[in-house]
Amino acid sequence: MALDKSEVEKVAHLARLHISDAEVEEVTNRITDILVLIDQMQSVDTDAVEPLAHPLDAVQRLRVDVVTETNLRDELQSLAPHSQDGFYLVPKVLE
Amino acid sequence: MEWETVIGLEVHVQLSTHSKLFSGSATKFGAAPNTQANIYDLALPGTLPVLNKAALAMAVRFGVAIGAEISKRSVFDRKNYFYPDLPKGYQVSQLDYPIVGKGSLTVALEDGTEKVIGITRAHMEEDAGKSLHQEFPGMSGIDLNRAGTPLLEIVSEPDIRSAKEAVAYLKKLHAIIRYLDISDGNMAQGSMRCDANVSIRPVGTTEFGNRAEIKNINSFRFVEKAINYEIQRQQGVIEDGGRVVQETRLYDADKNETRSMRSKEVANDYRYFPEPDLLPIVIDDAFIDSIRAELPELPDAKKARFCREYGLSEYDAGVLVSTREMADYYEVVAKQSGDTKLAANWVTVELQGLLNKNNWEINDSPIQADRLATLISRIQDNTISGKLAKTVFETMIEDSAGVDAIIKEKGLQQVTDAGAIEKLVDEVIANNQAQVAQYRAGKEKVFGFFVGQAMKASKGKANPAQLNQLLKEKLK
Repeated sequence: MALDKSEVEKVAHLARLHISDAEVEEVTNRITDILVLIDQMQSVDTDAVEPLAHPLDAVQRLRVDVVTETNLRDELQSLAPHSQDGFYLVPKVLE
Repeated sequence: MEWETVIGLEVHVQLSTHSKLFSGSATKFGAAPNTQANIYDLALPGTLPVLNKAALAMAVRFGVAIGAEISKRSVFDRKNYFYPDLPKGYQVSQLDYPIVGKGSLTVALEDGTEKVIGITRAHMEEDAGKSLHQEFPGMSGIDLNRAGTPLLEIVSEPDIRSAKEAVAYLKKLHAIIRYLDISDGNMAQGSMRCDANVSIRPVGTTEFGNRAEIKNINSFRFVEKAINYEIQRQQGVIEDGGRVVQETRLYDADKNETRSMRSKEVANDYRYFPEPDLLPIVIDDAFIDSIRAELPELPDAKKARFCREYGLSEYDAGVLVSTREMADYYEVVAKQSGDTKLAANWVTVELQGLLNKNNWEINDSPIQADRLATLISRIQDNTISGKLAKTVFETMIEDSAGVDAIIKEKGLQQVTDAGAIEKLVDEVIANNQAQVAQYRAGKEKVFGFFVGQAMKASKGKANPAQLNQLLKEKLK
């Protein structure tokens, strides 16, 4: 299965990755190589195999519903580029 | 052409846990911005999620209540998209293995029939934060207090055929989550949110038309209005020779319209994959059984019991069980007063009227159940008439004094002294000889006139049964 350039551009956009025009072809070829491997894996009969959600053969531990975190807003906001009146500020996302 | 409407609802319910789905941050509504957003909620590197057991138990509680399949093994997935109020860049949700599978709800329709609406699934996921776009020039303000609050997303089958059915389904769902005490279900505060998938098709066909997903519907009333608007819009599009586009539309309550969320984004492609930071969730029969054992009596069962035990009509019982609080209130009044039907009348008419008028919840009522029970007891033991009881009721809204004290202070005790009533009757007869002659001549309708006059003379306090009997005897 070969991937075309526009699909690579779409996936890059969804992942917010910048790929320059010069790189697109190489990236396309490399992803196509991975897809070839996946095609090969998909030809294996897996009807009797349960889907694997996690490589560890273990189950999730649960937490008791209690509040353990305190208000660390001042310390946490000192890490942010912009904050005001308790809000984190980001470039406007709606026009 | 005649059209049939096809509706499926996706309802998000905020689970009322103390802490978040995957972190120990508080979930209180209305806290100062970002005071309940800590390292995991902010997606600081190296932080890991641990699932809240209470949230899992609440999801199972819902599933058991609607008779759904509960998955003993369920899996969390990442739903990937970028938005500033989602710091991780993905929402942790459940795609292929949700905790709750197929179930159903029975709703009562306006024509008195019942309809079963299928529930496809319900899954746990985390809520996003909130973005403010107006307050900061050129910037968006982000409050992450809500980020990570546990949600249960309940997805219905496309079984709903009208806006009214959608409202009936939503109200039933609301009643159940309140009975189960898994959410406060407050739509105005966003703890219950509804997205509606609406499409239309010619009557008699079975294929689905293209659907629009309507978002931002935050009250029962708006659900009905938004869906009705959308049905009209789609009919207009098709009858004008166009095609309905599959898209997301936003409901604007001020203008009562839905409009397309034109987005430059590439079509939704969330690239789900299993969340590697969480292991599969495995629960056993003992866990499910213990939750089943603790289920409260649900609305349908309670309604049937009210009809059976208290001799109520289907209608009255239905009104009384619409909320757990109302049902509990009624039971106190019914048991303490001993008159179950009179209690139902007072709760569904006078009390409900008072609550509606003031936009109160039953727990805000200035007249508590035990006070209303005392008032009803005083009607039964003939201390006051049913009519004057309404005056006492009005007074009780403002005055927290006891029922008996109010009756005494206002001098509203019913007159049951035979001598005093006889005196009234004699006076009325003596003063209205013309009517007496008419009555004796066979004009029986005049009887009501005498009752009215005598009642008026007693300022409404004469015992009606005694008054009637004496009048009849004296007028013979």
